[in-house]
Amino acid sequence: MNILVCISPVPDTTSKINFKEENTAFETLGIQYVINPNDEFGLTRAVHLQQKVGAKVTVVTVGDTSCEPILRKCLAIGADQAIRVDLQPQDGFQVATQLEALCKKTNYDLIITGRESIDYNGGMVGGLLAVHMGIPYVPNCVHLDLSGNDVALEREIDGGKERLKSSLPLIVGAQKGLVEEKDLIIPNMRGIMQARQKPLEVVSPIEVTAATLVEHYEKPPEKGAVKLVDAEDIDGLIDLLTNEAKVL
Amino acid sequence: MAVVVYLESQKGTIKKTGFELASYGRAVADALGEQLIGVGFNLQDTKSINPYGMDVLYNVDTPEGSFFNADRYSSTIAGIASKEKAQVIVVSSSADGRYLGPLLSAKLDAAFLSNVVDLPTQYSPLKVKRSCFTNKAFNRTLSQKECNILSLSSNAFGLNEQQGDVEVRSEPYAEATTDLEVTAIDQATDKVSIADADIVVSGGRGLKGPENWHLIEDLASVLDAATACSKPVSDMGWRPHSEHVGQTGKPVASNLYIAIGVSGAIQHLAGINSSKVKVVINNDPEAPFFKAADYGIVGDAFEVVPKLIEKLKARKH
Ligand SMILES: Cc1cc2nc3c(=O)[nH]c(=O)nc-3n(C[C@H](O)[C@H](O)[C@H](O)COP(=O)(O)OP(=O)(O)OC[C@H]3O[C@@H](n4cnc5c(N)ncnc54)[C@H](O)[C@@H]3O)c2cc1C
Ligand SMILES: Nc1ncnc2c1ncn2[C@@H]1O[C@H](COP(=O)(O)O)[C@@H](O)[C@H]1O
Repeated sequence: MNILVCISPVPDTTSKINFKEENTAFETLGIQYVINPNDEFGLTRAVHLQQKVGAKVTVVTVGDTSCEPILRKCLAIGADQAIRVDLQPQDGFQVATQLEALCKKTNYDLIITGRESIDYNGGMVGGLLAVHMGIPYVPNCVHLDLSGNDVALEREIDGGKERLKSSLPLIVGAQKGLVEEKDLIIPNMRGIMQARQKPLEVVSPIEVTAATLVEHYEKPPEKGAVKLVDAEDIDGLIDLLTNEAKVL
Repeated sequence: MAVVVYLESQKGTIKKTGFELASYGRAVADALGEQLIGVGFNLQDTKSINPYGMDVLYNVDTPEGSFFNADRYSSTIAGIASKEKAQVIVVSSSADGRYLGPLLSAKLDAAFLSNVVDLPTQYSPLKVKRSCFTNKAFNRTLSQKECNILSLSSNAFGLNEQQGDVEVRSEPYAEATTDLEVTAIDQATDKVSIADADIVVSGGRGLKGPENWHLIEDLASVLDAATACSKPVSDMGWRPHSEHVGQTGKPVASNLYIAIGVSGAIQHLAGINSSKVKVVINNDPEAPFFKAADYGIVGDAFEVVPKLIEKLKARKH
């Protein structure tokens, strides 16, 4: 069984977001890139399946050489091999099209993306790839069980959960719940040493233009100071929320 | 040519997000001088859309007992969009809306633009403001495609009533293209969901333990609000994952967000920032949440919240 886990490198969640070149580009100076948290839940589930059913786990990133430390970390977590598609993508459409080319060369039984990347919050790569491949997609996936070719899944929906079934091949959009926070694998020394020996293949991108281009960035307007209400003056708070903010 | 919006419903009744999408779609259709077309599934109250100036409503019947099916729904909507030569298609930012958007975009060779927070500033090519970096910033995106699928952030546009008398049409339900099947839905029907709520009441580690959550639930119940929590609270199992809000949890864009015993870490704030009014109750005046909030009380949650619940209850009667 072949599993492909798609890894989006994103700025560490504590990053302060700044822009350069007259607000036309993201300032990457001083930004630490990490594995997109949703993808990390997916990778962990893949490594569990590798141990349980003997699956082979490949991680892939569409990105330039700066992404390689992230891929090495994925190998240290337990992936068997890594692929980097050598292109700095401009949008999710470009990513999905590159991944499609890759999936048409090798058959993957299960493809795992994250629910969304937490930088551009597109939430689109998995769905686009699924339609391009003609296979099903389950986003917000919080449960995935394999038995032979059959898959039992759960998707988080607003106010509840949905149970689904499908057969392989299939794409899921991972998030917290697919595995728990405490199950995340922190690479140990042995894993890090092994990762250095594992294959990291660089493939050339195919020709494809982006569907969208970001022209300009802006930061939210500065916020005014908080209005403090005395802890004894609950009526004062209710009054402000009713008459000033008009939200009650 | 047309603008198409997908109207989400629950038990045949169009949800509030549907009215917001219709209001937004009307404004887009007016700017383009085109018709506004709605698509809903198994709707029982098609008249409720009348005050939103919709021209045509396709009401699609699905077999009895069938569940939301993103593949068949998106194929059905894509079919209508092609037939009506839609230039813009709007979906919500709910779990289902964000599921459909990318599928629709691939089926129609359209661009998909998530987290849209305003009307497009131009149409050919389309250019629109979106939030990014989980609400830490915005961008202006220029589409390279003729047809565009926009996912509108909830509460970003609001409701805009006007006269209308919608023409209701039917449309066959598209066949499945994959073998994915929904087998059951487990939904807490008595609770407001975070995505649908006008008010969200959220608790953090400051509440000390799950046994104190009646404070959050009682306050939410007098306000008809949804309940939410910080990440560590769900990681420790005090509350279900589905209540975890923030950069790595659910986004919140309610009218009012009340945070109790939540410190206001950057990852928490990122996810709730687009809420209109934020209130913090925290006993530490240095808690970062006070820098992000509109109103705040420095005080002990165990003293302040019961009083707040009492006063709000009294006010209701
Ligand atoms: C990769 C990553 C992703 C993350 N994503 C998220 C996310 O999506 N959402 C999220 O929430 N967090 C996220 N976090 C965690 C975040 O950094 C904080 O640790 C977390 O938000 C803190 O939760 P808290 O405010 O409940 O707890 P604490 O930081 O412990 O704060 C508790 C607060 O309660 C106050 N308090 C204590 N007693 C009382 C009392 N009696 N009355 C009133 N107030 C009281 C304290 O003054 C304090 O401010 C993430 C972290 C990482 C590393
Ligand atoms: N550059 C990339 N390379 C590989 N996978 C990606 C990339 N960008 C996004 N993905 C995958 O697609 C998911 C959704 O991303 P997005 O559509 O950008 O929100 C991510 O969680 C990743 O699994």
